[in-house]
Amino acid sequence: MAVFQTSDGPVWKRRTTRQQWLTWIAWLIGAAIVVFSAKLISDKTIWFFVLDAGVQAADMAERMVPPKWSYMEDLWKPVWDTINIATLGTMIALVLAVPVAFLAARNTSPHPTVRAVALFVIVSSRSINSLIWALMLVAIIGPGMMAGVIAIGLRSIGFCAKLLYEAIEEIDTKQVEAIEATGASGPQKLAFGIAPQIMPAFAGISVFRWDINIRESTVLGLVGAGGIGIQLDASISTLAWTQVSLILLVILGTVIVSEWVSAKVRHAII
Amino acid sequence: MPDPGAATYPGTWKKPPLIKNDLLRWGLWLSAAIYLALALGTLEVNWSRVAEGIPRGGKFLAAFFPPDIFSRWDSILDGILESIWMTVISTVAGIGLSVPIGLGAARNLSSRPVYLFCRGIIAVSRTFPEVILAIFAVKLFGFGPFAGFIALSIGTIGFYAKLLAEDIEDMDPVQAEAIRATGASWFQWINYAVQPQVMPRMIGLAVYRLDINFRESAVVGIVGGGGIGATLLTAFDRYEFDSAAAILLIIIGIVMCLEYTSGYLRRWVQ
Repeated sequence: MAVFQTSDGPVWKRRTTRQQWLTWIAWLIGAAIVVFSAKLISDKTIWFFVLDAGVQAADMAERMVPPKWSYMEDLWKPVWDTINIATLGTMIALVLAVPVAFLAARNTSPHPTVRAVALFVIVSSRSINSLIWALMLVAIIGPGMMAGVIAIGLRSIGFCAKLLYEAIEEIDTKQVEAIEATGASGPQKLAFGIAPQIMPAFAGISVFRWDINIRESTVLGLVGAGGIGIQLDASISTLAWTQVSLILLVILGTVIVSEWVSAKVRHAII
Repeated sequence: MPDPGAATYPGTWKKPPLIKNDLLRWGLWLSAAIYLALALGTLEVNWSRVAEGIPRGGKFLAAFFPPDIFSRWDSILDGILESIWMTVISTVAGIGLSVPIGLGAARNLSSRPVYLFCRGIIAVSRTFPEVILAIFAVKLFGFGPFAGFIALSIGTIGFYAKLLAEDIEDMDPVQAEAIRATGASWFQWINYAVQPQVMPRMIGLAVYRLDINFRESAVVGIVGGGGIGATLLTAFDRYEFDSAAAILLIIIGIVMCLEYTSGYLRRWVQ
């Protein structure tokens, strides 16, 4: 806020001259970065293919309808696998995320060094996508659902632990103090002072992550880690577009159902 | 000396169960156990294969260390830069498209048909993971970062437009009414009543989406969408796990930097 004295009296403006200039410079730099990136990307693009996209899209759409409904018989098992990958992966993640979250929360962490390590675990798990985890695990333990389950688990630890430790940091300290005043030991304080307070958050986080994991486990098959992605990959490679469209519809259905379930459960809990 | 007339209180205390109905509680436990047994049954773990694989897995893990940045430095740098440009441009483009869609998808701003149309766009782009979007973008636009840019932009719409719409629906209607009472036109109304209320949160979310897009840009490369993912996949395919480890560490490092910057930026905005 600034008021300028002019010959006509004081004039109000939102920003001082200096702020005005800084804002403009920030916008200029931002715009320059965007234009520069656009140019670099366009240099690496073969524009002939891009201009062709409309024709390609029309062609693909034509080949995709009608979906090959009879292929559905082969899809029930992969759908079931996909759901299992998401559920088991979420369970692994939750079991591992709880201790990590307690070590990462400022008020329950035993030592700043431990906290730093826990935070590093959270960041590395969060920054590597489940597909890359799966790529790595398929190389190590071989293709199959197991790799998918572990990939989903490793990916979700960071997410769950981050939300959980934020919940732990926001608890009401009075309740913990009250439990402490009864002469409770450390684990008892955890179980009766802290755990009940973060329970709703914990339940919400697990359902939320499960919903995300259903979505992520649909593509794990692309790198060989089980689920409906295997069928998707195979159908795309063999240009069986009517199967692809059916698989996409199935994924859409699964995701909508899982979203509905998670919304219902969250509604019931909170 | 206890008073003989006083009521006797129980000496022990047990935590009341979360679900009061015994039948329901045990039923839930039982169905959870049955599901778990069924799900674990589908895993098809071949334990002898696992026992054989563990030393081999150990060798694979050992191959990741020490990370080797230098022998593939040129292609790593190229991939990282491509990912960064892709991230910037797709975040900007995605948010640019999200604003009109988000305004249309807010129930208190738009008419019923527009609302349903915009919600439909959001639902479709939210359902499919970026990887599936990238597969189709690669089919339509050819290999390279342009396909990744399209996939990430569409992914951004699903995320950003939805949150923008929800934020607008939650805004304070009193301020909006006050601006409208001054005789403001629709654009003035949006600019002075709606925009200031949603802006701080939206800037934070934009930075957060930048962060997500960078992480996803590592994945779209696996299906041919350009960026660091392509380099990573090549490293895995050539069994150069030390280069792959270096790439993963670089991704983690950049995501950590982004996270700190975004935290700082959000505090500065609010």
